[in-house]
Amino acid sequence: METITDEKIKELKIQANEIRKSIINMLCEAKSGHTAGSLGMADIFTYLYKVALKHKPENPNWNDRDRLVLSNGHICPVLYATMAHSGYFPIEELNTLRKFGSRLQGHPYREFLPMIETSSGPLGEGLSQAIGMAIASRIDNGINKKIYCLVGDGELNEGQNWEAIMLASKEKLNNLILIVDRNYIQIDGSTETVMPLGDLLSKFKSFDWNGETIDGNDFKEINNAIYNAENEHEKPYVIIAKTVPSKGVTKWEGNYKWHGIAPNKEERDMAIQELNDINF
Amino acid sequence: MLNQNLKLNTKIFNKDTEKKSTRLGFGEGLLQAGTENDEVVGLCADLLESTKMNIFADKFSNRYIEVGIAEQNLVSIASGMASMGKVPFASSYAIFNPGRNWEQIRTTVCYNNQNVKIIGSHAGLSVGPDGGSHQALEDIALTRVLPNMVVLSPCDAIEAKKMTIAISKTKEPTYLRCTRNDTPLITTNETPFEIGKAQIVWQPESGLAKVGIIATGPLLYNTIIASKQLEEEGIKIKVMNLSCIKPLDTEAIIALAKETKNIITIEDHQIIGGMGSAVAECLSESYPTKIKFMGIKDMFGQSGNPEELAKYYGIDTESIIKEIRKIITI
Repeated sequence: METITDEKIKELKIQANEIRKSIINMLCEAKSGHTAGSLGMADIFTYLYKVALKHKPENPNWNDRDRLVLSNGHICPVLYATMAHSGYFPIEELNTLRKFGSRLQGHPYREFLPMIETSSGPLGEGLSQAIGMAIASRIDNGINKKIYCLVGDGELNEGQNWEAIMLASKEKLNNLILIVDRNYIQIDGSTETVMPLGDLLSKFKSFDWNGETIDGNDFKEINNAIYNAENEHEKPYVIIAKTVPSKGVTKWEGNYKWHGIAPNKEERDMAIQELNDINF
Repeated sequence: MLNQNLKLNTKIFNKDTEKKSTRLGFGEGLLQAGTENDEVVGLCADLLESTKMNIFADKFSNRYIEVGIAEQNLVSIASGMASMGKVPFASSYAIFNPGRNWEQIRTTVCYNNQNVKIIGSHAGLSVGPDGGSHQALEDIALTRVLPNMVVLSPCDAIEAKKMTIAISKTKEPTYLRCTRNDTPLITTNETPFEIGKAQIVWQPESGLAKVGIIATGPLLYNTIIASKQLEEEGIKIKVMNLSCIKPLDTEAIIALAKETKNIITIEDHQIIGGMGSAVAECLSESYPTKIKFMGIKDMFGQSGNPEELAKYYGIDTESIIKEIRKIITI
């Protein structure tokens, strides 16, 4: 168990709240994009960029950085917003999301934004790339780089993930940490209706991974899980992070219809008001 | 006559001329590339010996990854390794790589512009008895349509080896098309090679050629044999080895069209979208020329030995002779 102070948790909550506001504003400005997953994952992104990742926003190509692969690229508003709030680029640039000439493409594009590790959007491909990074890092006997990969739960419908999951345990990639956004929604409805995933942690364990299931909107649990993952020495580690889709905006929470749409101005104002009213 | 500026194999017309598969040329090339550069890594999808990556893997087991029968994972892992500075060579049969994993190649390799080398072996009808399901006849079309991709189709094992070493030093995503069977060595170790350069391997002893034949892959041999037979009848032909399909040597293609006014393209691949289509795209825009496309005519292959398949599908030496005669008599 790794402790985290109440003071630190409060600081992270405030940062995550600011990131959520940026997400809502940029999506409203863009008039399209993915709201639910972006808001649901804001706490995990905040923790990764503010606590877990070894990185240098002022020197994104720093060779010894940890790697973060966002596989479900459609939740890139949370990636962009967290990066902006971490100093990678100006927060004002978030308003260019999905617009012509922007570095912030509708799905992440590394040629335009080289400070991200990979382009993504087409689902099911991120974990394989993260595995490639983990293997390359091991071949180099480099310093202790961690490779984080984030996938959506619906994304696990893609068979390629299971090719990758098998290989990661075969190669005993103890430098690989997979975080599954277990929010139980995908475009056509509930994950358990569209293509039941059931007990994901058992599935991973039967593929010889280690891991745990947590509340992905609780910083204490996130902190503890990342600590466990970073101290795993035998196997790849999965964190099944149960998150609430659209977390923070009560009216939208849990509704799969917010998976792939953006708020209009009225909805944005309502949401921002709610986030502004939170007492930390 | 053979263009001896290229120091080609002069024994090519002997019955017992040496034969070797392009996949073996790749395997030998990868060993050399891996010896020269520590960053070269190999990945294979349960076809290690078939794709001749075993030559590399035997020596550099720490730089070889067996991914199992999982071609989508294969290239995506390679992309991740390339992002860490490795030079990954990912091999399988061409029907699966780039066939099965095309979208992964598009997104994780080409869209990311990662330095991954895709090795597709057993391409074309020449894989023979395995039958139509395993005869990749679409791989050139699938790869040349992708931005950032370099597409190579060696005429023999020696060229395949040179290509493998050359692409281990480049940064571009690359597709290298290899074939299963032992085929005649057309080039020698001394033959020059440069990515993006086509070569005239056969030309008239004197005067201008009446027909220009553009071949890719081991069918270059059939084309040379056909041209030699017709040379004895005084028919002047130029034969181009277009082993680099992308980037295309447009200058050389236009020059050949200007000289001959008649172009034949020949490939062990679908006519639709293949090397001939690339030539047509070039000439239609810059120097419209009548082209006879020889290749597979919008159909699948079947089991048989490579010779009988080549004859049935019209890409054997006799078929080439027939097409040249048609052009000459018009």
